[in-house]
Amino acid sequence: MEIKNAMAGTLESGDILIQVEPGKGLQVDLQSSVSAQFGRQIKAVITDTLKGLGVENASIKATDKGALDCTIRARVTAAVVRATGKDVWKD
Amino acid sequence: MMFVPGNNPGMMADAHIYGPDSIMLDLEDSVTMAEKDAARLLVYNALKSIDYGDTEMVVRINPLSTPYGKKDVEAVVKAGVDVIRMPKTETADEVRELEAEIIKVETELGCVGRTRIMAAIESALGIVNAFEIASASDRMMGIALGAEDYSANLKTQRTPGGAELLLARETIVVAARAAGIACFDTVYSNLDDMETFRKEVELIKTLGFDGKSIINPRQIEVVNEVFAPSQKDIDKALRIIAAIKEAQAKGSGVIAVNGKMVDRPVVIRAERTVALAIASGILDKEEAL
Repeated sequence: MEIKNAMAGTLESGDILIQVEPGKGLQVDLQSSVSAQFGRQIKAVITDTLKGLGVENASIKATDKGALDCTIRARVTAAVVRATGKDVWKD
Repeated sequence: MMFVPGNNPGMMADAHIYGPDSIMLDLEDSVTMAEKDAARLLVYNALKSIDYGDTEMVVRINPLSTPYGKKDVEAVVKAGVDVIRMPKTETADEVRELEAEIIKVETELGCVGRTRIMAAIESALGIVNAFEIASASDRMMGIALGAEDYSANLKTQRTPGGAELLLARETIVVAARAAGIACFDTVYSNLDDMETFRKEVELIKTLGFDGKSIINPRQIEVVNEVFAPSQKDIDKALRIIAAIKEAQAKGSGVIAVNGKMVDRPVVIRAERTVALAIASGILDKEEAL
């Protein structure tokens, strides 16, 4: 799956900004004010969503502003759709 | 019905905390073209994951004539939304076109009949066709006025008294009642003028509307206060319902309460008063039975 640079989300409260770039394996760089408590879980949601979309090689920069899991899934999916052109509604 | 932008996850997560009767997540006017894809995914994931309790969940989709409308329908039906709000509805055929799109997705999911439709009427043509729109499908649960577009279409502007909206409001109430569905008034967007907002809510309640669209949690209290019946009205309604039940048990159709004749229309009004009291949280459902 070819990946271009793409992003989705905002830096508003309750949101998360996801930036996707080509990479080897899945690398997630997370910035979050709650990373000490929830960092592992946020990264798990990001990687699970990527794997669910069939993405195995990508570098992700995530800037979290207190997003719920459903918001993280939505923003990662939107970024991947923009990076790959994948149609998630047909699967 | 509280409007919430479909591309603002913070507001979407918190909206139900304020206790609106229904929440309308918006994919249309509050979302820019460049963010339509991301908002659709946000709304889909929010509906699938957030526990909104008893709050009725509505999504305003983009018109089917745009590149976004059909994709919106697919996403929100898959997410299990209660009601799809169709914007800028002008004809009954548009309602039937939306219904066909919903049926396509519901058939795939095996849940035909689950999703209901609300049509927003926002033009002179829509008002002229109000009854045909309201009765276009068994899925129709309500029609609503969208006053900003309607005023622009009439080549006028909104005023505090709302004279420019009177015919549209009355037409929508009459069309909804004739079709046996609900009707909802438009938003009032000046949050700094709660006095005019209250007057507008009082007016639309008098006209017969079932509810008001709002854009901020601060407006919920005013709508509930205006729509909630007084304790005197509730007591009277409960007495009428008790008396009619007793009369029916004895086989009599017409009775008198406090010296006044009570017939079918009076009973219907009493039942509506009790339903509003329950909805406003003033009366316990058990107490009303």
